Amino acid sequence: MLQDILVTGLVNSGVYALLAVGFSLIFGVARIVNIAHTAFYMLAAYCFYALLVKGGLGFALAGVLAVAAVTLLSVLCYRLVIEPVREHEAAVLIATIALALIFQELMLFSFGGHYLGIPSTLEGVVRLFGVSIPYQRLLILVVAAAMLGAVWFLLYRTRLGLAIRATANDLEVANLMGMNVHRVAMATVAISVALAAIAGVVVAPVFVVDPFMWLSPLVTMLAIVVLGGLGSMKGSLIGALIIGYVEAITVFALPAGAYLKGAVALLIMVAVLLARPEGLFGVAFEEER
Amino acid sequence: MYWLRKAWGELAHEVFVLPSRTLVLVWVLALLGLPLVYDDAYVLRILTMTCLFAMFAASWDMLAGYTGQVNFGHALFFGAGAYTSSLMSQKLGISPWLTIWAGAALAALVGWVVGYLCLRLRGSYLSLATLAFPLIVLGLLFAFPEFSGGELGISGVGRLVLTPTQNYYLAALAMLAVVFALWLVADSKFGVVLHAIRDDEVAARASGINTPRYKLAVFALSAAAAGLAGALFAHYIRVAGPSTLEVALSFQVVIWGIFGGVATIYGPVAAVFLLYPLTEWLGSFKAFGELRLLIFAVIVLLVLLFMPRGLAPWVRDKVETQCPRCKQRNSAWKNLCRLCGAPLKTQVPRAQRLVGHQ
Repeated sequence: MLQDILVTGLVNSGVYALLAVGFSLIFGVARIVNIAHTAFYMLAAYCFYALLVKGGLGFALAGVLAVAAVTLLSVLCYRLVIEPVREHEAAVLIATIALALIFQELMLFSFGGHYLGIPSTLEGVVRLFGVSIPYQRLLILVVAAAMLGAVWFLLYRTRLGLAIRATANDLEVANLMGMNVHRVAMATVAISVALAAIAGVVVAPVFVVDPFMWLSPLVTMLAIVVLGGLGSMKGSLIGALIIGYVEAITVFALPAGAYLKGAVALLIMVAVLLARPEGLFGVAFEEER
Repeated sequence: MYWLRKAWGELAHEVFVLPSRTLVLVWVLALLGLPLVYDDAYVLRILTMTCLFAMFAASWDMLAGYTGQVNFGHALFFGAGAYTSSLMSQKLGISPWLTIWAGAALAALVGWVVGYLCLRLRGSYLSLATLAFPLIVLGLLFAFPEFSGGELGISGVGRLVLTPTQNYYLAALAMLAVVFALWLVADSKFGVVLHAIRDDEVAARASGINTPRYKLAVFALSAAAAGLAGALFAHYIRVAGPSTLEVALSFQVVIWGIFGGVATIYGPVAAVFLLYPLTEWLGSFKAFGELRLLIFAVIVLLVLLFMPRGLAPWVRDKVETQCPRCKQRNSAWKNLCRLCGAPLKTQVPRAQRLVGHQ
């Protein structure tokens, strides 16, 4: 049981980290609370399903195409829907909620509300410390780690990353220093949605795919991001590990744990917020008034 | 005769001078008079629900619009009212007329607790943290199904009144009373303090306002109104289920509130009265039935692109202008202010316009 908790917790944490880091990035740079973030994750899973099962493409090709298509769609949505109402924070909020609802209804209409099964990308299991791990879960872990590494490299070792960090730090000064903040915001949207889409593609064979699959990770992701501190990469990563393990422990150790896992994760978030209102690694934004 | 004439005078000088007030009067009269001329049970059912949700949306606006505590978990208060009232009337056998007040009171208590926990949180943190509370409660309800009815909820809840018309009047009168009370509170000195807290909490505290006390009071007040709406809703549809606590309902009220225009009270009410019957009406078509949520979301998105501040402020700015001198509102087609006589549209001579304002 201990091994089960360790492995499940790690795999879930990987998926949550991919989602939370993207959400945190977009909030840090553009101050957008993107409720549609996990809706893109759902779209990627559907896209992968359509290309793989209906289109008959290979796993790798279908995956890459799904991620590319969803990323393109997100940039389009940003330009057409979010950017015109950027100054009105409330309007941005319900624009993203409306987008998520639109995606959900479109998928419901075109694929139906029933669960879709996707064949595993990799068959077989590997035995590690006496617990058998399916290759698919190992793949999730490897992809999550690779993507988080890539994001770290992009943010801290490239010029674009420098621009993104500068914009997140102070939008006006970054603008004055000659950075095109609109383009930086767009690039951030693309990166963050690409991360969500990759998460959607790798988990599609493990979790069930249905039009409402965006709701439960949305809440968990928000809990992680708030727990770690809004806009902080390190916080999102550590928050994902905490929540992933808490959920795994609740499911395995408590009776009726499957019902309570969300409640326990959210309770932890509330407890952290009571002690540190800005999250674990958030900056106290006293000056931001 | 004297009273009649006085009432007419009040009406002519206070209500008919402003198109928005005339519109509200027409709306209230239409709401109260509708069952006399047209009492189709289906239409009355939709309007009863609309009234209850309007009450709910107005209570959200009190908290989120005026005080700036953008609550993403407002369904918690709705659900608290619904569950408390249903459980009390069913398990203890108390008359529903008493338990709805208990529901509102418990919702107020829950609101106070949530407000207390969230006192130190600001902006997006507060929104995202409040999202958690209804889900925690939902998890607990599912974990103890013998008490709460689990996923099915509590069914067979006692009715308040029997016929559709009575139900309609109950909902409409309760809605008018609550919305008018909230509007009065928001328009009073208390409401001014709330505006101050939203715009700059630090400055409000520096001015000697005990902001935590005000925030807790607003949380409790808004939760009580939402709880009353929830209790009436549960007794009307005779089920108190988990759907009263879901994220979908919390998001729905955020959409209504922002679509109608925040910090107005009447905006969210107008939004509910437009959007809820619209979605129900779309759902009644066979072809649109599956697409109604899609159409709803697209409409919200399109309207928002043109009126980012919401529907009600946009309409109000079209039909009314503010006097530049005394800041009172006037109908848009007047030239002089109705109270102080100042010209509303300043005529700038052509030569001065070319030079620019001095």
